[in-house]
Amino acid sequence: MTESSDDSYLKVKNLSKSFGSFEAIKNISINIKEGEFVCFLGPSGCGKTTLLRCIAGLEIQSAGLVFQKNKDISNLPPSNRDFGIVFQSYALFPNLSVFSNIAYGLINNKWKREDIKKRVGELLSLVNLTEHSSKYPSQLSGGEQQRVALARALATSPGLLLLDEPLSALDAKVRVFLRKQIRDLQRKLGVTTIMVTHDQEEAQTMADRIFVMKDGEIIQSGTPNEIYTKANSPFIASFIGSMNFIPAVVSNSDKVQCNNVELSCNTVNFKQNDSVQIAIRPEDIQIKKENPDDNILPATIKEIEFLGSFQRVYFESKNLTGDLIMVDIPSSNARKTKLNINQEIDLYFSKEDVRVYPV
Amino acid sequence: MNFFNFANIRRGKDSSDRVGQFMLVSYIILFLLFLVLPLGALISKSLENKDGDFIGLANYNLYLQEPALFQSLYNSLFVAISSTIIVVVLAFLFSYALTRTCMPFKGFFKLIALIPLLSPSILAAIALVYWFGNQGVLKEMLLGKSIYGPIGIIMASVYWTFPHALIILTTSLSLSDSRLYEAAEVLKTSKLRAFFTITIPGARYGIISTAFVIFTQVFTDFGVPKVIGGNYNVLATDIYKEVVGMQNFQMGAVISMVLLVPAMIAFFIDRYSRKKQISLLTSRSVVFKPKKHFKVDMIMLAFCSLLALIIILMIGMAQYGAIVKFWPYNLNFTLKNYNFEVAGLGWDSFYNSVRLAFYTAIFGTIIIFVGSYLIEKLRINDGMRNLVQFFALMPMAVPGLVLGLAYIFFFNAKDNPLNFIYATMIILVVNTIVHFYTVSHLTAVTALKQMDKEFESVSLSLKIPIYKMFWRVTLPVCLPPIFDISIYLFVNAMTTVSGVIFLYSYDTTLASVSAIHLDEQGEVAKAAAMAMLIVYVSVAVRLTHTIITKKVLRKTQAWRYNIIDTKLD
Ligand SMILES: Nc1ncnc2c1ncn2[C@@H]1O[C@H](COP(=O)(O)OP(=O)(O)OP(=O)(O)O)[C@@H](O)[C@H]1O
Ligand SMILES: [Mg+2]
Repeated sequence: MTESSDDSYLKVKNLSKSFGSFEAIKNISINIKEGEFVCFLGPSGCGKTTLLRCIAGLEIQSAGLVFQKNKDISNLPPSNRDFGIVFQSYALFPNLSVFSNIAYGLINNKWKREDIKKRVGELLSLVNLTEHSSKYPSQLSGGEQQRVALARALATSPGLLLLDEPLSALDAKVRVFLRKQIRDLQRKLGVTTIMVTHDQEEAQTMADRIFVMKDGEIIQSGTPNEIYTKANSPFIASFIGSMNFIPAVVSNSDKVQCNNVELSCNTVNFKQNDSVQIAIRPEDIQIKKENPDDNILPATIKEIEFLGSFQRVYFESKNLTGDLIMVDIPSSNARKTKLNINQEIDLYFSKEDVRVYPV
Repeated sequence: MNFFNFANIRRGKDSSDRVGQFMLVSYIILFLLFLVLPLGALISKSLENKDGDFIGLANYNLYLQEPALFQSLYNSLFVAISSTIIVVVLAFLFSYALTRTCMPFKGFFKLIALIPLLSPSILAAIALVYWFGNQGVLKEMLLGKSIYGPIGIIMASVYWTFPHALIILTTSLSLSDSRLYEAAEVLKTSKLRAFFTITIPGARYGIISTAFVIFTQVFTDFGVPKVIGGNYNVLATDIYKEVVGMQNFQMGAVISMVLLVPAMIAFFIDRYSRKKQISLLTSRSVVFKPKKHFKVDMIMLAFCSLLALIIILMIGMAQYGAIVKFWPYNLNFTLKNYNFEVAGLGWDSFYNSVRLAFYTAIFGTIIIFVGSYLIEKLRINDGMRNLVQFFALMPMAVPGLVLGLAYIFFFNAKDNPLNFIYATMIILVVNTIVHFYTVSHLTAVTALKQMDKEFESVSLSLKIPIYKMFWRVTLPVCLPPIFDISIYLFVNAMTTVSGVIFLYSYDTTLASVSAIHLDEQGEVAKAAAMAMLIVYVSVAVRLTHTIITKKVLRKTQAWRYNIIDTKLD
């Protein structure tokens, strides 16, 4: 483990958490900078929530340390830590109005009545709910409830904001709208934020940095772009976006053999005769030659899916066994080209777009 | 169960943790003092001779060699099993009519069926004496058999346990998936076949649960066999005779153990089947809506009317008996039976009962609700919470008579520092709270489980101590079930006999116990009057409860009714 630089706002060191004999979190270390928006991304049950709750102190870690602003908070109870939290269920108090829900945390801090009114007013306008202030939670839509929960968590101006799948209970449209609103809000306030999600699109669009988790471990971290283009394992490559996998054997330096086609790609980390799988994103495959040294793969169209701005076309290649090859073609191109089922076509992709993973 | 769970990380504590931990420890101590140690005293008493020396199982040996005592075990089982079978059949049909048919007047029938809950069990026995006793109106209907004996016990037991069975079965029958019936209909299954292949199996666990609950209630009941049992001895009356009549505490303790064991077994089977019941209904199920079926609806109407009539006749007769001059010779109305002075009793026992009911309702509700909150919502001390949960379920398995006797042995001991509560109102209140703890506890737990489990986490993140949140959110939201619990405790404290029969003193006589003593002295009319007083109070309290629920709750529960709260906090 590298020593963390001191400008990190939140530092987690060798954190583990077991439930009985089951290890939900295995020796995780992370650093988060002040004002950063990070996402914990991973499939269901990989320990995202558990990690978040350990950071909040709601779950007691089995081992490891947590530092906030270089202060060891590992053994502090949640009420002595500095964070605001929004749960998937929102956990709004049903018997309190929107106003009282947001004011809830202020009342204890001995705020004056006037100041509370003013602060809640600010927060309400921040989340665009000013006119709903006297309603009860049950009278609000899901998205509105979500924003009340956010305002409540932000009321006391915490240094750290924790969001556990804050958008997963909402329908797709509202979700996209709130993604942007939360992101803008976070930028405006500059509050360090950790969001848990299993939706890769959400993580991609919102986060400064993504921590991809699997089975209680962080298997890769980086900016959304890094994660997408330099996925360090087939698991991540397929989890984030779509990916074609083709089994192959390294035949030569920078050449692999898939059945009876030879493809060029970067094989730096592999020896001759290593079994590998190569991976190509659907949008990186073309139906027109763009570069003289592009790989060529003859194939037949088997299925066409219309997905709005692009079409996903499934190809079968005589030379390959296994799954059909997905290719994303912008709808405008597809219209011009006139694609038909069972039509034979050559596919092109450049050497740089082919990734090679061990089997 | 894992009682002690040490994490290798030592967590600092905040005020909520400290308060929670302190409360958990207090609950454990209270349960030890008022449940576990008394039961321990009872067990050890059963292993002693009159001088207090340990003699192993000698008392049990003696018990087995006493045919008269052994006969009582048989009698107890006989009346308990007979009553159970009758009640389960009647209550099943009744709840079937309420939940699965379009019979008219359902609300009325539901109301009538719950009447027996408002009276002590002995009221049924007294009413039966008026109907079928030596001077009873319908004496001939028994064809020369006496009502004093198993017939009377079974009839009275069926009457007072009926609503208990009805409540469980109605719940169980209303948890049914209409899709199953639709599927059966599509497959052209006959109604009768659907009944036996879908309805009965679906209600199976409810039926099992009911059977064991009713069995335990009748098996351990004291009031009814005391009043109408005649020479027919059962375990409960044997304990009373050994302890009060012959001062043979050791044998009383032994018979208590004999009473305790089947009750425990029934309890565990009941818990098990209730767990199964819950898992039967998934969130995808569609609630059953009955369809009109003229013939079935009318048959059910006739059946329910008959039962309703019997219930009204029972309580009506008790009331009638209480206000006639001299049954059956002078049937002029009078209030003289309500003058208990002449029987050397006065109204004190009635006032004591009301006091007991109030204290039990107030303190019991607070203690039980807070206790269930600690178990359900604290995230610390898993071991201690499991222990408290275990203690909270225990009282259900302990018959009132056994708990009462255990209290005598424990608190009457000279060297017990808590000896001072013996023969006071305090011991009656404590005993009653413990006796009725489990049902109230489960009601509270159900209510708390419905609340978002993250409320506490939100509070902690906002630096609000949990007890403040409890006061501001949990309590207001849970007000309806809290009212239900307090009513349950109140009515049961008014009507209970078996829990307190050993524990009252000269200054703390109770109405239900006095009714038994009046009956013992041949003052049946006064006994009926006393029992009816209990009914009046129970009815009054129930009515108040309904009004409160309608009026007051409407204010505090505005959010439930979507009324916009205009004043800002
Ligand atoms: N209190 C607990 N006791 C035992 N096991 C637990 C407990 N809480 C979580 N786990 C287990 O730890 C693992 C990680 O749980 P966690 O809730 O962190 O998953 P998650 O990544 O948030 O998943 P999801 O996306 O479904 O919310 C799961 O396998 C879960 O079953
Ligand atoms: Mg989760």
